[in-house]
Amino acid sequence: MFAEAFSIAFQFADVFAFLILAAAGLAIIFGMMGIINMAHGEFITCGIYVTVICVQHGVPLPLAQAIGALAAGLVGILLERTIIRHLYHRPLDSILATWGISLMVTQGMLLVLGSSWQGIGTPLGSFKVGDYTFSTYRLALFGAAIGVLLALYLIFMRTGYGVMARATMQNADMARALGVRTQRMYAISFGMGAALAGLCGALYAPTMTLIPTMGITFIIESFVTVVVGGANVLLGTAPAGVLLAVVRTALNAWYGQIAGQIGLLITVIIVIRLLPEGVSGWLSRRER
Amino acid sequence: MTKSGRRTGLGARLGGAAAAASLAFALATTTASAQQPPIKIGLLEDVSGDIALMGKPKLNGSLLAAEEINNAGGIMGRKIELIHLDPQMDNARYQEFARRLLQRDKVDVLIGGITSASREAIRPIVNRTDVPYFYTNQYEGGVCDASTISIGAVPEQQFSTLIPWMTETFGKRVYTIAADYNFGQLSAEWTRDLMKKQGGQVIGEEFIPLGVSQFGQTIQNIQKANPDWIMALNVGASQDSFFEQAAAAKLAYPMGSSIKIMLGFEHKRFPPPALAKMHATANWFEEIDTPAANDFKKRWRAKFPNEAYINDMGYNAYTALYMYKMLVEKAKSTKKADLRKVIATGEACIEAPEGRICIDPKSQHTSHHMRLIGVNPDHSVRVIKDFGLIKPYWLGEIGCDLTKSDPKTQYTPTNLPKK
Repeated sequence: MFAEAFSIAFQFADVFAFLILAAAGLAIIFGMMGIINMAHGEFITCGIYVTVICVQHGVPLPLAQAIGALAAGLVGILLERTIIRHLYHRPLDSILATWGISLMVTQGMLLVLGSSWQGIGTPLGSFKVGDYTFSTYRLALFGAAIGVLLALYLIFMRTGYGVMARATMQNADMARALGVRTQRMYAISFGMGAALAGLCGALYAPTMTLIPTMGITFIIESFVTVVVGGANVLLGTAPAGVLLAVVRTALNAWYGQIAGQIGLLITVIIVIRLLPEGVSGWLSRRER
Repeated sequence: MTKSGRRTGLGARLGGAAAAASLAFALATTTASAQQPPIKIGLLEDVSGDIALMGKPKLNGSLLAAEEINNAGGIMGRKIELIHLDPQMDNARYQEFARRLLQRDKVDVLIGGITSASREAIRPIVNRTDVPYFYTNQYEGGVCDASTISIGAVPEQQFSTLIPWMTETFGKRVYTIAADYNFGQLSAEWTRDLMKKQGGQVIGEEFIPLGVSQFGQTIQNIQKANPDWIMALNVGASQDSFFEQAAAAKLAYPMGSSIKIMLGFEHKRFPPPALAKMHATANWFEEIDTPAANDFKKRWRAKFPNEAYINDMGYNAYTALYMYKMLVEKAKSTKKADLRKVIATGEACIEAPEGRICIDPKSQHTSHHMRLIGVNPDHSVRVIKDFGLIKPYWLGEIGCDLTKSDPKTQYTPTNLPKK
């Protein structure tokens, strides 16, 4: 009985972690900054490949993962400075530009790095509950998802940068009039979004097949979570993750993965029909 | 003098095995007129997208065979011209490109397609023309279509050998995980059918959408069902993540498959022991150790030194071109009707690296030398059982006879021809 309950909780945690980690970076870039970033998957891929290369060169996995996230963040800042900053008021153009970047990166990687690499293996071993055995690393992923949510909360609510970043996103002209260097806020925020995407990739790198297009497998979940969550990273992403994880876990368990995926997409349709501003829009309206 | 210089140059490049070929090349350039138009071969292979890692060796296999054949003087003195397009595992693109190759490029033969979905997408288009189509993958079987010549292995060669052995060795309760499209669904049907005949049963079945990469729930469902072994019919790089995640969760059931190891070389892509206890039946895998196979591998590695694994698909794509060459040379024509007359004689055979293989007149499928292979804990591969040559008999038994009629249909164990 306990084993069954634990198994359900474990599956929920697993799906929740995947949704949150896949969506965290996009929540900043798309949710807050309003850039429909079609290259989100490629930031994730960047994190994955940098992590794997580091591990292959003998760097311990946690350090390699930090380097992977950092590398994706630096690439993000570079991209923001050269391309994205020209597109802040042109959302449709930003879709096209980021999509183009995405295509060039995946095909370029396919040509340069080849179609597949050997994996690095999942660390931490396994544990047993009742008749079930579980991978311990999946719990670490859940811990990381909670850690990311906490870190986002602290950064945006408790630091000077957080206040200035939120001010910039809400009203850039006013923020600039008050002395905020909005250009820098945009660059840092975009970089942070990219770094979180890279972190997601770095964390999932040991558990998946390594191919240049693997970032795409995260895309549906990340956009779905951010759209359901709405514009506010802090109020939106976490509840959206819980809601979607409950739906998906339940349907996965009862009718299999197909039902889980269909259920995920139907939930989004229902949510954006009833709550056009997402969960966070609805929550903040209730507060007023 | 110049001629012999060219001969040594080529010989050195292709290795000793091609010495005779380069001699033939020298003869061909002097005797056969160089003005003859080339034979155009349309090639549809996915070299990008989720299955690029399997499609790339396919393209390489065709390139190698085309180079060898051209260096040996082509087909009836005509050079081969490969026209390759990359449909990127998109069925709409398959249809668009098939039309383009057939109508605009006017190819003499169409070869390719990886997934069964892509084959079924282009088969009706090929059927509106008079061009023969070679499908070079192992698949779920059952296509009874006069335009289609199937080079890969089919269930009576793969499942009828694998499933009885797995049932005897590990037990009668199997859990199937399969990709959710026609290949996975029909292969699962074959598994159900054969398990019943073995007195066993399929105690769980899970169909997974292509592109899914997270398998926590699946792993737990398998543990709950506690089968004797798993039939793994998951497809594509994303779904292959199952093996890593299952190994991390200490899921240690024996596994069987008709596509793993020889096709997607999972044992080379995942660190050991994720694929230990995997079993498969194959007509080709790179670890095969016979003189003919070793010679073939040497030529392949000389042209593509960075190939991660010479897989079954690449091998079949290579033999397909030689099969086509043999048919055209025996028929002295590239017309489909003439090629089919050769097939109808039952003498459409070639000496392939696996041994002598022939096209069956009734079903237009290919006989194969089948072996059961198992993966060791260190991911080396051992041959467990050698089944010898197995003919593609199933379609003929259920009443498909392409020498008499052309139903253009795909049959399955539950969708048999009406008598």
